[in-house]
Order: sequence, then C-alpha cells, then structure tokens
Amino acid sequence: MSKPHKKKIYGLLAEYDSAAAVFHACETVRDAGYSAWDSHTPFAVHNLDKAMGLKPSVLPWIVFAMGITGASCALLLQWWTSTVDYPIIIAGKPYFSWQAFVPVTFELGVLLSAFGAVFGMLGLNRLPMWYHSLFNSERFHRFSDDKFFIAIEARDPKYDLERTRKLLEGTGATFVEEVED
Amino acid sequence: MSSHNQTVTIAPEQVNLAKGSAWRFLPIIGVVLAAGGLGGAFALKTGHEHQFWFSYLTAFYTFLAIGLGGLFFVILQHLVRAGWSIAVRRLAENAMITLPLLCLAALPIVLFGMHDLYHWTDTEAVAADVMLSAKASYLNETAFKIRIGVYFGVWTLLSVLFYSWSTNGDSDPARGAKNAARARAFAAPALFLFALSLTFAAFDFLMSLDPHWFSTMFGVYFFAGSCLSIHAFLTLMAVFLRKSGYLQGVVTDEHYHDLGKYLFGFTVFWTYIGFSQYFLIWYANIPEETMWFAYRIADDFFPLTLLLCIGRFPVPFLFLLPRAVKRNALTLSIAAIWILFMQFVDMYWLVQPVLAHHHAIETGEHHMTMHLGGLDALTYVGILGVFLAGFGWALGRKALVPVNDPRIAESIKFENF
Repeated sequence: MSKPHKKKIYGLLAEYDSAAAVFHACETVRDAGYSAWDSHTPFAVHNLDKAMGLKPSVLPWIVFAMGITGASCALLLQWWTSTVDYPIIIAGKPYFSWQAFVPVTFELGVLLSAFGAVFGMLGLNRLPMWYHSLFNSERFHRFSDDKFFIAIEARDPKYDLERTRKLLEGTGATFVEEVED
Repeated sequence: MSSHNQTVTIAPEQVNLAKGSAWRFLPIIGVVLAAGGLGGAFALKTGHEHQFWFSYLTAFYTFLAIGLGGLFFVILQHLVRAGWSIAVRRLAENAMITLPLLCLAALPIVLFGMHDLYHWTDTEAVAADVMLSAKASYLNETAFKIRIGVYFGVWTLLSVLFYSWSTNGDSDPARGAKNAARARAFAAPALFLFALSLTFAAFDFLMSLDPHWFSTMFGVYFFAGSCLSIHAFLTLMAVFLRKSGYLQGVVTDEHYHDLGKYLFGFTVFWTYIGFSQYFLIWYANIPEETMWFAYRIADDFFPLTLLLCIGRFPVPFLFLLPRAVKRNALTLSIAAIWILFMQFVDMYWLVQPVLAHHHAIETGEHHMTMHLGGLDALTYVGILGVFLAGFGWALGRKALVPVNDPRIAESIKFENF
C-alpha cells in the first residue's frame, strides 16, 4: 500500500467580482505586508500597481543600456572597418565621416533597444512559462473573462493558512480556495 | 483608480479667470510690450534697416511657430478624435487665435521690408543671374504678395472657424456636441490647407532669403520646430495656471505626462528632419546646396550651430527621457522654457547668417560676424507683446477649457498606464 499522497500547496486564491473590489483588496494585502503575491485581472486596471505597492520596473534601464550598446557598437564597427581595417576614399570625404555613419548607428541603437524591451520584458516576467500552479484551479480560468483574482503564495513569510484566509475573506472576496502547487 | 462613469462637474471658478486675477492684465502687458518693443525698434531702425528687418523676421517666425503650432494641435486633436487633449485644447485655441494678429504684425515685412530682406526683389541682380532669372516666375514681388495674402487668409479663416466652433459651444451642451462633430468633419481638409500654407510660407519667408538655395524638407523642418513650440507653450501655460489656482483637478499630471511625451517625440522628429536635410546635401556635395551650411558653420556662427545641434537634440532628449521628469511640473517647465529658447535660436540660425554673409561679401572682409543686439531684443519683446496681447485677450474672454465638449469628462479622467 502506498503512502497517502501529501499535497504541496501553492497558496491561497481569492476571487472578486469587480475591478473596484480587487483594487481595494490589493491595498489591504499590501498594507498587511505580504511580499509574494500577485493580482490577475481580465483587463488593465489603472493604478493597480500603486494599490499593490509595486516598485517601478527596471525595464527602462535595460532598454537604455541596450540602446547605448547598439549605437556605440555600430559606430565602432563603422569606424574600424572604414578607417583601420579597409580604408577607402569615398567621394573625396574623410575616412571617418560621421555623417555617413549616423543612419546605421541610429538603426542599431533602435534595434537593440527594441530587443531590450521585448526580451527584457519576457525575462522579467519569466516568460515563456510552461506551467503555472494557479491553473490547477478551475475557477481561475475566468481571470481572462470576467473575474478578478488575488493569489498569495505559501512561500510568503507572513503566510498562514487561517490568518491569510481570514484576511482575504475580509476584503470582500466572493470565494477563497487553496491551490495545489 | 479608473472609473467608467464618465461624468464630471467642473467648478466655474476653476475654469474662469477671476475679476481681479493677474492673468487679466496679460493683454495690457502685451500691448505695453508690443508698443515699447516695436516702437523702440522702429526708433533705432535708421541706419540699420537691414538688421532691423532680419531681426523682425526672426522674432515674427519665433512666435508664428507657436501660433501655427496651436492651429496644428487643434486640427490634429479634432481629426483623430483625441480624448486626452481636450482639457488643454482651449489653451491651444487661444494660442491659435493670435494668428490673425500675427499676420497683421507681418504686414510691414511685406509692405516695407522686402527689399532689405530678399535679394531676389532686386530686378537688376536677377537679370544678371541665370539661376534667379530661371526662378523669377515664382520669386517675384507680385506673386510673393499674392501668395502671402493666401497664406494669411487661410490661417485667419482656419483659426477663426475652429476657435468660434469651440467657444460657441460653451453656453449650450447641445451646440457643443454639434460643433465638435462639425470641427471633426472639417479637420481633414483643414489639415491639407494647413500643411500646404505652412510649407510654402516657410519657403517664401525664410528659404528665399538665400534664393539660390533650396530644400524640399525646409517646410517640414519649420513644422517640427512649430510643434515643439506649441507643446512647450501649452505645458508652461498649464503649469502657470495651475500654480495660480486654476484648472485644479482639470489639468492633471496625466496631461503633463502626455505633453512631455510630445515634447520628447518632436525633439526626435526635429532631429530626424534636420539631420536628413543636412545629410543629403552633405552627401551630394553640390556647391549651390552646401553653401547654405558652409556659411552657417563659418567663424562666429560655428558656436551657434553647435548650440543648435546640442540644444535641440541631446539636451532635451536625455532630460525628457525618464518618466518622472515628464510628470513633474518643475522639471517639465524647465524643459519647456529651454525648448522655447531653442526655437528662437533656431529661427535666428535660419535668418540672420544670410545678412552676415551679405556683409562678409560686400565689405570684402570674408568674415562671418554675428551681431546679436538691441534690435533683436526689441523686436523679440515687441512680437512677444503682440502674441501675449492676443493670447491674454482670448484667455479672459472664455472658459479655460471647452466645458461643453462631449468628451471633456473623458479628458479630465484620463490616466496613463
């Protein structure tokens, strides 16, 4: 006879009916001091980041660094190829004619900024993600339809099944359930 | 957080200037500045006719950029049925309605200043110059005056139409909705008229100062500066009005943010256009085209060209890059003041080197000398006065926002992500 299978718990999932309800619930959870939690809404709710107490994203810095890298690499490449590696006089102009190098410098700056934005965003969101525990909940599937959710993870140091459940129920959640990992 | 209930009540004291408000003195201040500035400039004119008209044209085009920018802003927002901008649209309309007044202020250029400004009005010189003779069917006094008449007519018509549609709706919500629809329908043909008149006016007033030179991008180049000017001006006025207790809860940080994004975007646009114009001429390296840049990077004018290149692109680009700068009244108004200053530098750079170039050739010195003096300051103050008189008059005349625009609530509640 096998041992009874012990479930590992991902956390608590609370369901709300409106954007306003989840907004105020987020404020309560934020003020209670939780750190490992997230909200899920079918559309972007303005200022929800503030209600959740999220810090500004580091993505702009990634984009900026990538843009600078792209532009300087492009300029360096053009400088090296046309003055050091294989200098050719073109239209009687100097080897290092910065004017001629501007379009490529600009384009590569833009290209690497865009890469930084897209892949940086994917990386920060840990995407692509092949599995997420929240989909173990049947009710959660409506997060992309008409329901609003808050999930507090069990790994949160403040997590306590009874107290956290009580907190979520007190915020006007229409349904609170435990989700398997 | 956002609400989907799109109704607001606007307190009348927030959008109407109070009886004793300092803002109500703006038209008087404007008239005084105009009289003092232009009067002083006229008094100093004798013996410096050339310098006077070049300074006058510089000042005129610096403020025309704001007026035309206002017209473009209003047409564009109607055309795309923009929601966010309605809270600041009346300020743009007030800037736009200075156009008839600015056109009047430009009449002296057309009536008395042409011979001092435009080399192609000298018929003997034209006859002796094969290139100018070839252009004479376009560049001659009669055709010039007719064209200027058309541009001024178009600008007056468009600004008065859009202004009165917007202000007539202030008293009656039903008319406000009807006029908004009417303005939207007319916006597309108006944009054509605007683009053509702005482009050809820039050709006639500015590009023909050096009649041998030509660039098809010249109109767009001026347009880019014009867009920068109006967004900078709107930002400043919104900040000042809010600081003096108006527009509370009407113009928000969200509107600052969007104006800041436009300032940032058009900074890049100006650079793109300005560089493209330079780049093609640099590549082709044809003397009649490179000449125009050659004397702008010669002698005294080289530092000015550097200031233009650095002050128009890297400075505002890097400054306006962070989100927080665009959402803060102080930092955003610093950027706006800098951009309005750079518009003057830009217009000075377009107009005045031509005069210095003439001097350098005529005196045989072959040195490009820059004279930034009293006439520049006085004409600048004078045209500023004309502009402020018109703007201040319009500001006190009606509410500070189009209170009956059907989507004013959407604009006030607008939020960026």
